[in-house]
Amino acid sequence: MRLRDISINNLRRRKSKVFFLVFGLTVGITTVVSLISMTRMMNDDISNKLDAFGANILIIPRSEDLALSYGGMNFGGVSIDVQSLKESDLPKIRNIEVRDNVNTVSPKLIGVVEIEGKRVPLMGVVFEEELRLKKWWKVKGARPKAQDEVLLGNEAAVQLFKSAGDTLSIQRRGVRVAGILEETGSQDDFVIFADLKFVQEVLKKPGFLSLIDVSAFCNTCPIEEIVRQISKELPHAKVTAVKQTLETKMETLDQFRKFSVGISVIVLLIGGLIVFTSMMASVNERKREIGIFRAIGFRRSHVVKIIFLEAFVVGVLAGTLGYVLGLVVAKVMGPVITGTKAGVAVDPWLGLGALLLSAGIGILSSAYPALHASKLDPTVALRSL
Amino acid sequence: MSLIEIRALSKSYETGGEQVAALRDVNLSIERGEFASVMGPSGSGKSTLLTILGGLSHPTEGEVRVDDISIYGLPLEKLADFRREYVGFVFQSFQLIPYLTVVENVMLPLSITDTPNQEQHKIADRLLGRIGLTGKGGRLPDQLSGGEQERVAIARALVNSPPLLLADEPTGNLDSKMGKEIMELFKVLNDEGQTIVMVTHNPENMAFSTRTIRLRDGRLE
Repeated sequence: MRLRDISINNLRRRKSKVFFLVFGLTVGITTVVSLISMTRMMNDDISNKLDAFGANILIIPRSEDLALSYGGMNFGGVSIDVQSLKESDLPKIRNIEVRDNVNTVSPKLIGVVEIEGKRVPLMGVVFEEELRLKKWWKVKGARPKAQDEVLLGNEAAVQLFKSAGDTLSIQRRGVRVAGILEETGSQDDFVIFADLKFVQEVLKKPGFLSLIDVSAFCNTCPIEEIVRQISKELPHAKVTAVKQTLETKMETLDQFRKFSVGISVIVLLIGGLIVFTSMMASVNERKREIGIFRAIGFRRSHVVKIIFLEAFVVGVLAGTLGYVLGLVVAKVMGPVITGTKAGVAVDPWLGLGALLLSAGIGILSSAYPALHASKLDPTVALRSL
Repeated sequence: MSLIEIRALSKSYETGGEQVAALRDVNLSIERGEFASVMGPSGSGKSTLLTILGGLSHPTEGEVRVDDISIYGLPLEKLADFRREYVGFVFQSFQLIPYLTVVENVMLPLSITDTPNQEQHKIADRLLGRIGLTGKGGRLPDQLSGGEQERVAIARALVNSPPLLLADEPTGNLDSKMGKEIMELFKVLNDEGQTIVMVTHNPENMAFSTRTIRLRDGRLE
């Protein structure tokens, strides 16, 4: 017989007390596991939605900047050896290894045109991709469908005195204003958006691009890896992650996580308190038994070990139950609470973490009761002596 | 050399704000192989003497040597080891662990030694056979009679083969027939060389011992 047999036998014969202990801890672990699982569901959902909201990778032609100075005077810089981006580069982006992480690829050709005596930026886009990328755009009128239809930025429309349905002439080619963008507060307000092919013809740059905006899902694949793979396919391009977008996303998710952690800590503290009070009550009830142990030669450390072993077994039981119940709660309640349809992943590491956390809380909460038990005077505990 | 040497032993308790002297200046030697009965009226200090001999209660003054070890000079954890190795205690009211079986109760002192489980079982079964409880190892204490529970307590006290067996009113909760059986068991153990110190109220039990120690008001008579 070993000390663990004493612990297990005690637990087996005090089933109602064990049930109460396990219940208290299980509630705590269930809460933690379900919150973590639901947070992950939200994380995946929000992350994907945020990834699809705006570009997080920018591709521009690679160039070398040369600083010019002569005779101690600085003449500024000049770009030399400017490479070109072309439409033929677009399929390469869709063919990278982590192509499933590439959501939207929006090519652009930018130029400046003169319309009715005013110089206005003209941007050629693939409207389907651009509108998918810029979900915050609100169009007064209709979205362009034909090659000769354009979208005016809010300020551009004011500058040109145009409304939806009006026509205007770009390089002697007539186009119809399909719609006007509501104010965005960005440089888009000043731009005329037209079909890419149309702009390439107007600017006499068939097949050429000024830049490519990419929206990638970087939840399951770090953005640096996506950037690396695109760079490999497009050695003539400069590919950069738009950090600001990422940081905003991370900040949002971080707040969700902090909330989760806060709730989990509170619930676990309550669970720990239940274990503590139950163990103290148990020690008081077992004074006589502890007195016997001490009287027959058990050291204080043996008594502490017995109580810790009991707490460990309770903790492991509660951790297992809590993990399973937590996943069930997340699966059933998750879609209702989070509004997502994402599934619940069975994560063995989360299971192990739940077990260790539960056992740890059980043992920690039993520390004082165990020490208190070990210090009991055997003669007082036995009373009959 | 005596197994037990007690010199100038005194023990006081504080009760209700007053100091009560349970033992006063007791000097005593007990030889190996003796079977000593400690007798006296209630409050004479019998159980106090037993608990001090068993390393369970520090004296207020004096020295207690068992097998030439000054037991109250030992650190607390070594004192626990002393109790395990040198003393077998048979408590009043048996004091068995209710959720352990008979054989588990007997093996209890071995659970903190290096004795392998199989060896523990052998020792326990052998002892249960000696005290007439063969076949009852799987029962719980509340499934036994008073006499049987007392026997289990004795087996537990002997499982580590301690030089000294202390018994506090071993027949106090038993009828006269069972009490006699227990005393006869003690006699057999003593005949085999076991040193026994027994506290008892019962003058009939005295007859089984080889020596009587009388206490009155904390002093030896």
